[in-house]
Amino acid sequence: MSDHAQYNINEEPFYQAQDDEVKLYEAAYAARLPVMVKGPTGCGKSRFIEYMAWKLGKPLITVACNEDMTASDLVGRYLLDANGTRWLDGPLTTAARIGAICYLDEIVEARQDTTVVIHPLTDHRRTLPLDKKGELLEAHEDFQLVISYNPGYQSLMKDLKQSTKQRFCGFEFDYPSEATETSIVAKETGVESELAMQLVQIGTAARNLKGHGLDEGISTRLLTYAATLIKGGIEPKAACRMALVRPITDDVDIRVTLDHAIETIFA
Amino acid sequence: MIDETTERSAKSQAYWVQLNCNFPAADRVFDEYILEAKALLSEEGVSSYIDHARFIGKMGRGAEPLLVYLEEAPTIASIVGEEILPEIQYFTDFLSKNTNFKAIVPFLQSLTAVTRRLNSYSQLHCYFDLIKKMVAETTSSVHGHHSTFPSPGLPDLLKQAPRLLSELSLEGFRNWMGYGVRYYNNHPERQKDYFSLQSPDSVAVMQRERHGTLLIDHERQLDLYLRGLWQDGDYLVPYSLIFDELRKPMPYFDHMGIRLPDVYDDYNGVLGINRYHAVLAHIAAHRKWSSKMVVDNWSPFQRVAVELFEDSRVEYLAMQRFPGLRKLFLALHPIPKEDDLAHTEMSLIRLRLALLSRAILDPDFKVKDKVIHSFVERFFDAMKDGESSSPAMAEIALSFIARTRRQTDALPDTYFENTEVDYRDDNRHLWIYIEQGDDEEDTFEHLEEQKQQDEIDTLPPRHYHEWDYNSQSYRPDWVSVYEAVHPSGNMQVVDHILDKHAALAKRLKAILDALKPQQKVRVRYQEEGSELDLDVAIRSLIDLKSGSQPDMRINMSHKNDGRDIAVMLVVDLSQSLNEKAVGSTQTILALSQEAVTLLAWTIDKLGDKFAIGGFNSNTRHDVRYSHIKGFGEHFDHNVKGRLSAMEGKYSTRMGAAMRHAAHYLEAQKADKKLMLVLTDGEPADIDVDDDQLLIQDTRQAVKELQQQGIYSYCINLDPKADEYVSDIFGNHYTVIDHVDKLPEQLPKIFMSLTK
Repeated sequence: MSDHAQYNINEEPFYQAQDDEVKLYEAAYAARLPVMVKGPTGCGKSRFIEYMAWKLGKPLITVACNEDMTASDLVGRYLLDANGTRWLDGPLTTAARIGAICYLDEIVEARQDTTVVIHPLTDHRRTLPLDKKGELLEAHEDFQLVISYNPGYQSLMKDLKQSTKQRFCGFEFDYPSEATETSIVAKETGVESELAMQLVQIGTAARNLKGHGLDEGISTRLLTYAATLIKGGIEPKAACRMALVRPITDDVDIRVTLDHAIETIFA
Repeated sequence: MIDETTERSAKSQAYWVQLNCNFPAADRVFDEYILEAKALLSEEGVSSYIDHARFIGKMGRGAEPLLVYLEEAPTIASIVGEEILPEIQYFTDFLSKNTNFKAIVPFLQSLTAVTRRLNSYSQLHCYFDLIKKMVAETTSSVHGHHSTFPSPGLPDLLKQAPRLLSELSLEGFRNWMGYGVRYYNNHPERQKDYFSLQSPDSVAVMQRERHGTLLIDHERQLDLYLRGLWQDGDYLVPYSLIFDELRKPMPYFDHMGIRLPDVYDDYNGVLGINRYHAVLAHIAAHRKWSSKMVVDNWSPFQRVAVELFEDSRVEYLAMQRFPGLRKLFLALHPIPKEDDLAHTEMSLIRLRLALLSRAILDPDFKVKDKVIHSFVERFFDAMKDGESSSPAMAEIALSFIARTRRQTDALPDTYFENTEVDYRDDNRHLWIYIEQGDDEEDTFEHLEEQKQQDEIDTLPPRHYHEWDYNSQSYRPDWVSVYEAVHPSGNMQVVDHILDKHAALAKRLKAILDALKPQQKVRVRYQEEGSELDLDVAIRSLIDLKSGSQPDMRINMSHKNDGRDIAVMLVVDLSQSLNEKAVGSTQTILALSQEAVTLLAWTIDKLGDKFAIGGFNSNTRHDVRYSHIKGFGEHFDHNVKGRLSAMEGKYSTRMGAAMRHAAHYLEAQKADKKLMLVLTDGEPADIDVDDDQLLIQDTRQAVKELQQQGIYSYCINLDPKADEYVSDIFGNHYTVIDHVDKLPEQLPKIFMSLTK
């Protein structure tokens, strides 16, 4: 088995709590309840889980889900080698064995028949049947399952089944308030808080346009990109156009409006 | 008489002699004019001015041309140079000999204003040429009558010229004039209306030719601007600046929306769109931070001052939030001249306020006047602790008026120069009147509402442009299309048709089943399929090697899923449909009806989005579009009823009907949009003499549709259609020679189109 130390988080990730989510998560973890985090892209879901793993001192195994992922990509499979076949644990199995937090990012991207394998791990049984191997794995007592889920941009076709949804307790994330977001951008990238505030203003302007031609506003992540570029010596307006406007829209009117917002905010 | 002339100086007497004129009216004012001419022109200039005046005086068209010439010519020559003088004379002569002598006075009268707009010799020269061309085209002579009729529109055109040229470039002016000449040459009265800017299309064409940033082109952008930066949103309603030269309307907002000028030119380095931004920022700031105040007890001066302080306050707050606004406001805010405070003969209240406003806005603008300066400081003191408030501003404003009041404020003559801030609204939202009373606007407002309610009985017409190939331009809002639900008939007719063609329907069904293209979807875990699914295959091999049960479903295949087409069938319902089809006992109408029924049945079976409309026309003012089936309706008894009541009358104005149908199709969400036009002849209408006109218009409509992503296809029942149909539809057409085969052909054509 490979070294499990790689899953440990050694340095404290920067996370700015928006509410009492840290306390609530700790309570959920104490009871080993599975957790679902919801929210728009780039608002800090993954960062939050990383931070909690560090705080609780547990290893974190992250799986980015996609459409082609099968159950055996999660659970594990036999591989061919010179002597015949060899079993290799999948990330979910590894996490259950070593007592890690297993984080399934964007779970709805995976096909519904895949997501069903997590069911036995998420109720009172806390077991994972490896039917190919003929093993019934009892989850380590530290093991916890976390999924993330962005209800916004997926189509109606991609939704979690009720039977999956109802195994989790949920955290709803949103973009932080202007003041909080300013301090996040400033701390994350080390820019002046005045600049951070201007960036957040542009972000707010774009978020107001959600539903009027924009599917999703400018995320906190993009704001930190812009701040990083500015810190690297790029002229602020150019950095904003590059990091904040161009990625999110192809609509000329919206682009012009946001460019204008940048002009008025950076005098 | 003799006394007066002897009073003249020797010099001006010489000119008077040179003028050689007997009009007493000229005699009375001559000295004044000559004085002005001497001030503005060189020695030779004055001499040539008098020479030309003499000529104009001797033309035999009375004293008026001479008087106007004497008055206007020196100013014109001083603007564009003295070499223009002979040209004016020449042109006046041209009008006089051309039977258009009535236009001489308007020509000369408007010339100074026109010159100011054009401001160069060469431009003015072009202007002369344009007018000359217009005269040549509109002056008509009737053969055998031996008389020539003057251009009916010319005097009006000349009167409107300064206003037109303030909005249009010479190029635009030419186009506008060209339009009027083209369409109203045979209609003297209409021509007059057009050239005096009375008719709606005259205004519309002018609007089209304008320079500047049009509100309608940027409405969405501005709406997004309001939403994004201000979390605000409202209807943006344009108003026109052209017609109120004296009292320029100002932007304002009320419960009906935000009113903005229809067009902004670039100004002082600020783009038109940014001027809109400035207005909206100002208005949005008011909506965010201003509160209403009771105003009954304030004098007009006090109100103006309160407005100004409040304007400055909301702008100050807006600039705190969006510092980039300052640049915009600074460029648009006039810079008042403080030295003019010394004037004593006029009311300076506006100047004082403008100084104050500029000083608040612009940190680099220093006011020397101590009182005004102290109020600037008072303003900033008030703003130190946050947002302040409207009443706090009112308090400062009232004391400003009290402190700075002067005797001269009551003078009727008011100083206006550089005091108007045109991006600010009129602040009507600030006031509450406790005493409702003699306000005219209110009195009539509710009457208007009532009138509106009365009118909503029928659907209002929609207006469409029509293409004129002669001039290669659109006639704006030329055609009125009235839409109504097609009357219903006995639906059994349709069921009967379906029964009659049961055999055909069966054949169609077979073709339908073969028609399932688009959108490939991968189907995995198939025992038999088109391809090997490698992932699954390897997994099965491993299972096999490790001794467990392998999965045999290692193939995958692709299937086609969905078909995303929206179809609009537009049926010609003109009079000619009532004729018997060649070689058939049925009328074309009956055959069309069968064909449409079968097609509707086919498409309904296929499950594509589908609508049917019929059209006919009775001149451009009455194009009728009947709704037979909408996209949202099923092929049910309502639709069948309407289908069975189809009847033919009037003519075929196809372009307008297609544009109208296209606006429904455009709203559909579909990958492919198809418009089928079923007709039995070429586009024609009784108010159009030129055969090509409507053909070309339809061709243009097809092009427009193509740009909207709509594929148009024509099914033509006219055996002679080859002569024109390819001009209109390119190669997207089928001509059906045996009309009795139509019911069979139409669904087949549709299916082969969408295969």
